[in-house]
Order: sequence, then C-alpha cells, then structure tokens
Amino acid sequence: MNLDTIVFFVSAIVAVFGATMIIAQRNPVASVLYFIVSLVAQAVLYIQLGSVFMAAVLIIVYAGAIMVLFLFVIMLLNLRGQEDLSDNSPPVSRFTKYLVSALLFVEMWFVVKSGFFADAGQVGVMAELPGTFGSVEEIATVLFTRYLYPFELTSILILAAIVGAVVMAKRERSSGTPSAPSKGQEPANTVDEVGR
Amino acid sequence: MVPITVYLIVAAVLFGIGTLGVLISRNIIIMFMSIELMLNAANLALIAFSRALNVADGHAFVFLVLTVAAAEAAVGLAMVITLYRNRETINIDRFNLMKW
Repeated sequence: MNLDTIVFFVSAIVAVFGATMIIAQRNPVASVLYFIVSLVAQAVLYIQLGSVFMAAVLIIVYAGAIMVLFLFVIMLLNLRGQEDLSDNSPPVSRFTKYLVSALLFVEMWFVVKSGFFADAGQVGVMAELPGTFGSVEEIATVLFTRYLYPFELTSILILAAIVGAVVMAKRERSSGTPSAPSKGQEPANTVDEVGR
Repeated sequence: MVPITVYLIVAAVLFGIGTLGVLISRNIIIMFMSIELMLNAANLALIAFSRALNVADGHAFVFLVLTVAAAEAAVGLAMVITLYRNRETINIDRFNLMKW
C-alpha cells in the first residue's frame, strides 16, 4: 500500500463523510462548513488525478465564492431555528426515499463494476502521463478552440442568471409602502395574501 | 495508482448522498446544497474519465458545469429569499400553493 493509495482513501473517506454530514445537520451554517470540508477533500482527489488547475478552481470558485454566497443568504434570512425541519413523513414514505437513493447508487455501482468502462480503465490510469496534462495551457487550448462556442454561451447564461437573480430578489413588498410606483405587482401580492 | 473504477464509485457514492439529501431534507437551503453535491460528483467522474483517456476535454466540461452551478446557485438563492419574504419559512412543506 503506497502513499498514493493512502492519500486517496483518506481524502475519499473525508469527502463522503463531509457529504453525509451536510444532510445530517440541522443547522444550515454547519452544513455549509461540512460542504467546504468535502470540497477540499475532492480537490485532493483532483490533484491525484493530475488536474491541479481544476483543483485550484474548485477551491477558489466553489469554496470561496459559491459557499460564501450560501452563507450570506443564510445570514440574511435570520433563521430562528425554532421550526422543526426534520423529516416527519410517514415511515413507509421515508423508507421509499432511502430505497430509491440506494437503488440509484447500486445501479451506478453495477454499471461501473460490470466492465462498462473497462476500456477507459486500461488506457491511461496506470500509465505515466505527460507533464502538460491538466495544465492551464492545455485546458485553455481545448476551451478556446474546440469548445469556444459553448464557452461563449456560458457568458449569456451568467448574464441571464444575474438579471434573473436581481429581478427576483429585489422585488419590494408593497404592503407597507403604498407609494410604491409599480402597479404591476399588485395582483401578484393579492394572490399571495389569498394563498396565505 | 488507484484505478479509475474506484474514483467512479466515490463519485457514485457522492451522487447517491446528494439524491438522498434532496429527497429527505425539509430545509430548502440544504436541498440546494445537495444539488450542488450531485454536480460535484459529476465533476469528479468527468475528471477521472479525462485522466483515464488522457484528453483535456473533461476539464472543459468541468469548467462548464462549474459555470452552470454558479448560475444555479445565484438564481436559486434569489428564489429562496423571495420565498422567505412571502412565507417567512424555508420549510419545503409550506410551499404547497401549486399542489393539486
């Protein structure tokens, strides 16, 4: 058992442990912190697979930006925590939920183990790869030549996401401010009041 | 060196945990984090395939998946804020207005 295998198993166990604790926690802040633990372990796995740049991007973008966004929203919501958020569905329904996700895992495990990806396993994992694998230069070459069109489309996706987030989160409640100039949201609010 | 199938099984475990989290969680923020976890599991599988086949295309896919995850988090959390403003709760059982 060499060092590579030990590092792999430690980081894989930490990643799965962090993922389990995400859904086991009551407090969303603790869930976010466990997600960051899981992300760091997954970044170690990325480095083991030779993609150092993607590991850095995972830490910087995911743990640094997206998780901070989650934390900001949790703190913005000012949750009191007196509400019971546990799964209080009937036992049969709860058992079905566990069964469905276990079946999904068994299905994927079966696909992996049945040799469906045997060709992929033989090609490169055992072999020593060239030093340029996973470098910024190689990723940029692929991203800006073969996948240039999808890459440009992601900018439109980001723009649509920004506009959508601003439009959805910015809407003011007109109940306390009758002088709000927007008349178009009055019917929506009445529907909300009826629904409540 | 660890074979690729072990990496794929780790990704499958992470995906299964994410699915379980979406199904059993009542907290809408934890449901969002479970969805992000499933995207992460897909990323791990893509990186493993990219390493096994010795091509850089998987890295480009991971890049695009990261972008989609960021956009989804931004829009989804804006939705959470709007829902909380209207209902003053993040319990998913309370959002049953569209239930038939």
